[in-house]
Amino acid sequence: MNVWLVQHGKAFNWALRRLAATPLNTLLSLLAIGIALALPAGGQMLLGNAMQFARNAATTPQISLFLSLDASRKSSDEIAVRLKKHAGVKDVRFVPREDTLKRMQASEGLAEVIAALPKNPFPDAFVVIPHDESPNAVEHLRDEFQRWPKIEHVQLDSAWVRRLDALLRLSRIGVTLLAALLGVGLVAITFTTIRLQVLTLRAEIEVSRLLGATENFIRRPFYYFGALQGLLGGGIAWLIVLGMAWLLRGPVAELAALYNTSIAIHPLTPDASLLLLALAAGLGWLGAALSLGSHISAGESG
Amino acid sequence: MIRFEHVSRRYPPGIDALSDISFTIGAGELILISGHSGAGKTTLLRLIAAIDRPSGGVVLVRGQNVGALKLAAIPYLRRNIGLVFQDQKLLFDRNAFENVMLPLSIAGFPPKEAGRRVQAALDKVGLLAREKAMPIALSGGEQQRLAIARAVVSRPNILLVDEPTAHLDPDTAHDVASIFGDFHQVGVTVLIATYDDSLFSSFPHLVPRRIKLDHGRLVERGSIP
Repeated sequence: MNVWLVQHGKAFNWALRRLAATPLNTLLSLLAIGIALALPAGGQMLLGNAMQFARNAATTPQISLFLSLDASRKSSDEIAVRLKKHAGVKDVRFVPREDTLKRMQASEGLAEVIAALPKNPFPDAFVVIPHDESPNAVEHLRDEFQRWPKIEHVQLDSAWVRRLDALLRLSRIGVTLLAALLGVGLVAITFTTIRLQVLTLRAEIEVSRLLGATENFIRRPFYYFGALQGLLGGGIAWLIVLGMAWLLRGPVAELAALYNTSIAIHPLTPDASLLLLALAAGLGWLGAALSLGSHISAGESG
Repeated sequence: MIRFEHVSRRYPPGIDALSDISFTIGAGELILISGHSGAGKTTLLRLIAAIDRPSGGVVLVRGQNVGALKLAAIPYLRRNIGLVFQDQKLLFDRNAFENVMLPLSIAGFPPKEAGRRVQAALDKVGLLAREKAMPIALSGGEQQRLAIARAVVSRPNILLVDEPTAHLDPDTAHDVASIFGDFHQVGVTVLIATYDDSLFSSFPHLVPRRIKLDHGRLVERGSIP
């Protein structure tokens, strides 16, 4: 166990020394890895924030039922009773046309337009909250209400949020594909770096084999090198994403204020940060393994 | 300790480096493997260290059939064999101390004990004062002695040496031969492949046994008069 620890400690130190031995090359490799990982990680962060916003905005799907202008108050009452008895309706709120008119008259810039109209142009309306919030159930209700008499128009108020959510899900798939692609890039960078290391150290590898080094002893430092390079590149990606979140925080808050809402950009969570670093280290290790498989054949020495 | 039974080694396209070689070497013997260039001396050493595998026959080292060893077992065989190569195979980006330390690092020795052993080995070959020197700064004789220190630092039972005096002047060759004599006298089995039959002529207390090869065939075995 002690020997095992000593050997791993030495391999780790060797990897650190090799990274420090060529600082410019190392820095450029780390930046390439960092930027490659920052793109999907940053995209994932932005999407996460956007999805959170979409979820918050779509707390409860609502269905607005607009009655025809010729519908009497008696018709409205009948529809109200019918809605309250409906098994799929959780809650219903009646919005009389007079209230809508008052609200519009109070709106800045609309008062004069409304005053110029010969009569109230707004219909009575109901705002329905369904029991089942699933898209299929809500759409089914909408279609049913659409067929009721005196109902002129039915509108799903959360439809835009659902569209946004669907778009974000699609974007997430895109980001995942991008991450996979750039992950392959990281593996390729490590593959090439390790290949160069192996070529540089070919004499040392050969001598070590002749002096009784096992394959693990020979390969272990390269595995550490790949994993460390990936880990440090992941650290740079994390810093880039953090900087991205910091830079976007102000402009996004300003934009949100213009829409009378508040959106806060949250950086990567601790779990996501750990996942990013672990993936980066793992991909570096994989790159090293593939490179060693191609460039060091077991027992080739001699 | 070492036994060859009808060993042959053929390289493509049909060149016989060794043909039907049989001999036995006991523990603690001093052996000179002599012969002209291309006689098969280096091949013979490579077979003992499992750097190469025989095309036919059996090579036994300390009871192990070296030719049948799995790849994973070869490193452990080599840790009990000291190797001094004709081209020395020193690492020129490491100093003398670090070069000698390499076999002990590979074997996983604790740093303190390894350090003591390295200093003892360098002292034995007269290079302790130059432990910080890079190989490029050493003379040919010093490089050879450094290679010997690296071969013996892990205290192997067998020492295989390939043309140790090929590029050395007579005085330095005498010093190097003296070092091998010392190891032989403390019980190490020493096999030296050399074209120089007179390597130990100035050491009357050392009577090596000779294995002479000619075009891959064993033509003589016996003590050097």
